[in-house]
Amino acid sequence: MAKVWVYAEVGPDGPHPASLELLTKARSIADTVEAVALGPGATQTAVALGDHGAQTVFASDDPVYAEYLAQPAAHALVGLIEEHRPNMVLFATTYDSRDVAGRVQARTGSTLMSNATDVLSLDRVQTQIFGGATVVDVELSGPDPKLVLVRPKSFPAEPAGGTADVVEVNAEIPEDRKRARRAERHEEAAAGPKLEEARVVIAGGRGLQDPANFAILEELASAIGSAAVGATRAVVDAGWVPYSYQVGQTGKTVKPDVYIAVGISGATQHLVGMKGSKRIVAINKDPDAPIFKLADLGVVGDALKVVPKLIEEIKARKP
Amino acid sequence: MNLVVLVKYVPEPQGIPTLGEDFLVVREGVEGALDPGDEYAVEAALQLVEAHGGDVALVSMGPEGAMAALRRGLSMGADRGVLVTDPVLRGADILVTARVLAAAVRRGDYDLVLAGVESTDGSTGTLPMTVAELLEIPSATFARKVEVIDGSLRAERQTEAGYDVVESPLPALATVTGSAAEPRYPTLKGIMQSKQKPVEQLSVADLGLSTEDMESSQQVASVKAATVKGPGEVIEAGDEAASRIADILADAKVI
Ligand SMILES: Cc1cc2nc3c(=O)[nH]c(=O)nc-3n(C[C@H](O)[C@H](O)[C@H](O)COP(=O)(O)OP(=O)(O)OC[C@H]3O[C@@H](n4cnc5c(N)ncnc54)[C@H](O)[C@@H]3O)c2cc1C
Ligand SMILES: Nc1ncnc2c1ncn2[C@@H]1O[C@H](COP(=O)(O)O)[C@@H](O)[C@H]1O
Repeated sequence: MAKVWVYAEVGPDGPHPASLELLTKARSIADTVEAVALGPGATQTAVALGDHGAQTVFASDDPVYAEYLAQPAAHALVGLIEEHRPNMVLFATTYDSRDVAGRVQARTGSTLMSNATDVLSLDRVQTQIFGGATVVDVELSGPDPKLVLVRPKSFPAEPAGGTADVVEVNAEIPEDRKRARRAERHEEAAAGPKLEEARVVIAGGRGLQDPANFAILEELASAIGSAAVGATRAVVDAGWVPYSYQVGQTGKTVKPDVYIAVGISGATQHLVGMKGSKRIVAINKDPDAPIFKLADLGVVGDALKVVPKLIEEIKARKP
Repeated sequence: MNLVVLVKYVPEPQGIPTLGEDFLVVREGVEGALDPGDEYAVEAALQLVEAHGGDVALVSMGPEGAMAALRRGLSMGADRGVLVTDPVLRGADILVTARVLAAAVRRGDYDLVLAGVESTDGSTGTLPMTVAELLEIPSATFARKVEVIDGSLRAERQTEAGYDVVESPLPALATVTGSAAEPRYPTLKGIMQSKQKPVEQLSVADLGLSTEDMESSQQVASVKAATVKGPGEVIEAGDEAASRIADILADAKVI
């Protein structure tokens, strides 16, 4: 009997939304679907996890999992894997889960597949390379459990209406695994809707030329209303905006109704984070910019001139 | 303080790599370089040594051509290099790579291991963690800043909401983002000096690993082009551009 687990990251607002997507997928490939949730608030997530198909949730509210990076969670997860022997463990591609998955692999000696965009069966996953232009099916071999990191928003989350049994995890975490400590947390997220949830995303790149020019994107976002501002890695690395703005392979995956790319070339690593958007608009002064290949509407021109006009136009249309 | 930087030689870092008939990324006979993502880690290591004293060793696994990546790091200022190269490693997956790198790192003394967040060609982003677990050391990934204060690591780790300050005793491993340090260009003197710096070339047997541990557990089954929607309309930024964009927003019922 096939058993698939979902490692459900616990956040301040409950389970990471991608864990619900993973449970939905797990239901279609296995008859036993279970979840592991570690950290303060874990037990509470069992309601949502159960609703999305987890029959059992192995949970611990122990703060050790939030206080120390990766090592305690990996230790507990390896213990559970040895005891319950799942065939596959699915993780969402987030930094915390990635760290846990990498460590688990060292202990189980099993395969670890990153950047999966679909899980086809217990030993076959799909990934997209070259900015989504090429689809690759990969066969996984070696000892169970197969470890798979799946990109968020690869499939929808659909409730199944179940309830999970909660099994409390009482892992003893050795002192030498409590090392890298989160000493401080800083929030620098922007106001307005969250990037992953906004109906419109306006993203800026190096073509904006100066960090101060990001203000026109914020202005455009507030003229539209239900819009969030994103950015490319180039400008995040340059320190123009915080990492929480980043869209792409190393950043967030967004699928808004409208995505407006402003001064963005369209590198493959950016495209994987936004190509699922319903409508794509690009403003770039280079007619050969790769972003135009993906855009429903491309505007060749200076973003610093086009955006202010667009703000005026939207204001004029609003009653 | 002894620093180790994991550096990867990647084919065509600015372009799109090619897949061979065996579905592996073509790594030989194409132009390659030190992964730009790893240059940040080399730079961060050099700055730590400039502040605290010590030595920077580069460790890489790759084809013989990967020597070019080591040379680049050495000409930036690293002290020595280790290249693990072996025909059995062709097509090595990440677990194999992690075993090899951990074994190579373990041969010397180290306080801090630095790596890039993810490689330009493989982009799995998990390899450094597997290495850290094999070495049984703590880690801070995705750091936009790394410092050593009173003999401990202090890292600013980027998060979805902002950043966390992570503190860890040494030895430890950290992966750094492009914000961590602006890589220096090698000077002519640095390039000349790099030629005298020691580079050890090792095989799998030299590391005491068995070929059994070298089996890959991922095989490409098929490759096909994705169905992509064709490009839409491209217009000049004339008078009507703003209203055309607004039409799209109106059509999506967001304004
Ligand atoms: C492992 C890895 C992971 C990565 N992850 C990500 C990721 O998550 N997200 C991401 O975005 N990138 C990522 N990248 C980086 C990516 O490869 C590109 O470097 C980056 O997306 C480029 O950002 P950009 O479009 O802002 O800059 P550029 O490529 O420099 O493009 C700027 C564009 O602006 C245009 N322009 C200039 N002036 C104007 C003007 N006045 N008006 C209009 N247009 C103008 C130019 O024509 C150009 O097309 C990653 C790279 C690697 C190697
Ligand atoms: N073959 C390799 N040799 C040395 N370091 C590597 C190798 N592969 C990956 N790394 C290191 O691990 C980081 C993440 O790589 P990856 O897991 O492939 O995305 C890179 O930035 C390097 O620092």
